[in-house]
Amino acid sequence: MSLMNTLLQATDLAAAYSKMGAAIGAGLAAIGAGMGIGRIGGSAMESIARQPESVGDIRANMIVAAALIEGAVFFAIVVCLLILFL
Amino acid sequence: MLEIHRLVQNKFLTKQLFAIFFAIFSICYLQAEGTEHGNEASSSTHSHGVTEETSHHDGAEASAHGAESKKFDAGKMIFDHISDAHDWHLFGEGESSVSIPLPVILYSQSSGLKIFSSSNFHHGHSPYEGFKLNEEGHVLWENESNTEAIYDLSLSKNVVAMIIAVIFLLVVVLRMSRHYTSTKGKAPKGFYNLIEPLILFIRDDIAKPSIGHRSMQFMPLLLTIFFFIFVVNLFGLIPIFPGGANVTGNIAVTMVLALVVFITVTINGNKYYWKHILMPDVPKWMYIIIIPIEILGVVLKPFVLMLRLFANITAGHIIILGFFSLIFIFGSMGPAFGYAVSPLSVVFTVFMSMLELLVAFLQAFVFTLLSAIYIGMAVEEHHH
Repeated sequence: MSLMNTLLQATDLAAAYSKMGAAIGAGLAAIGAGMGIGRIGGSAMESIARQPESVGDIRANMIVAAALIEGAVFFAIVVCLLILFL
Repeated sequence: MLEIHRLVQNKFLTKQLFAIFFAIFSICYLQAEGTEHGNEASSSTHSHGVTEETSHHDGAEASAHGAESKKFDAGKMIFDHISDAHDWHLFGEGESSVSIPLPVILYSQSSGLKIFSSSNFHHGHSPYEGFKLNEEGHVLWENESNTEAIYDLSLSKNVVAMIIAVIFLLVVVLRMSRHYTSTKGKAPKGFYNLIEPLILFIRDDIAKPSIGHRSMQFMPLLLTIFFFIFVVNLFGLIPIFPGGANVTGNIAVTMVLALVVFITVTINGNKYYWKHILMPDVPKWMYIIIIPIEILGVVLKPFVLMLRLFANITAGHIIILGFFSLIFIFGSMGPAFGYAVSPLSVVFTVFMSMLELLVAFLQAFVFTLLSAIYIGMAVEEHHH
């Protein structure tokens, strides 16, 4: 902790580090979205394979669940954007 | 006889609207041109004593070259397109930009109500009547030390875009209701075939499962929310006037939509709703944990609604604008690079615009679905 403080004071790169933190945060949020929506897509595919006549219902619910997960991810993206531009 | 009467009404309305739009556009365009020529004349008389510029044309070309040699600022361009402004920018940049100036309406304690055109600010270069426009498009006092509040009620770009979307919706929906009442029981024709499945979808798949037997009471609210968000999102994807304004990407607009849902849920919440929040059906020792979470949830659910819509639409617009600015960024390295990147950029932009069309509908659908679910939770009857 003190090493980081001395590094920041010495190099005066605090603004640069905060931007790097924001970029890494946005990347992690994208990983979270990819994993969550990938799981939904995978289980949707399996259930369509099990019961092909319920394609319509499964497709609608899959899209709704994906939109809700994206809502959480976009919250993280907005926080990172605020770091970058405020 | 009735057919001819309806046909005449049809042509009358669309021609009238088109004429009004064209008149407003040409008046504002001429006014913009007038102020640009005023700037040109004053700058050329200023430079006459200094240089050998003899023609307006040379002066214009010199200033255009000066603007081109400036580096292309992608961030600034993207933010100018995303954010609200006091004039509607059509095309061009810098000195040769063409935009429709919109009225500025200000109210303050000391100077009362002031209404004037935003072309008086000359894009922030000159103050007017004690006010000035800063870099971000906010109206401030010319005298910086004045701390009195200015209430900015102007017809800015987002307000005008919302008014255009509302007029479009009113025209479509009112004509549709007149058509349905006059042809009762018969199948709809033409454009109404597109809207009827949407309305039935909202009634049968969103409202009825979520709200139950009181769903018809809340259908006007849900339909308004859905169609307003859908139409405004679609208009934001059209690149030229009257589209191209990022309305739902403005957090104030989505905040108002979420506030409407919050007020509806709070007013219509019956005693079982409040009982579930304040005295839930759990062992007494868990109250200390559950009740703060529930109270936070009351406020957090509309907040997340607001943030989801805002972030989705803004992110989509930023991505499309970013792909376009790729062309100019590569072009500033050399014109050959710019031309080489442009097919790729255009293909990516078309793909992203397809995705944005899907997102426009999906975000309207998710907002309406979640609003219906929250209203359903508020009016749910007790069943044990």
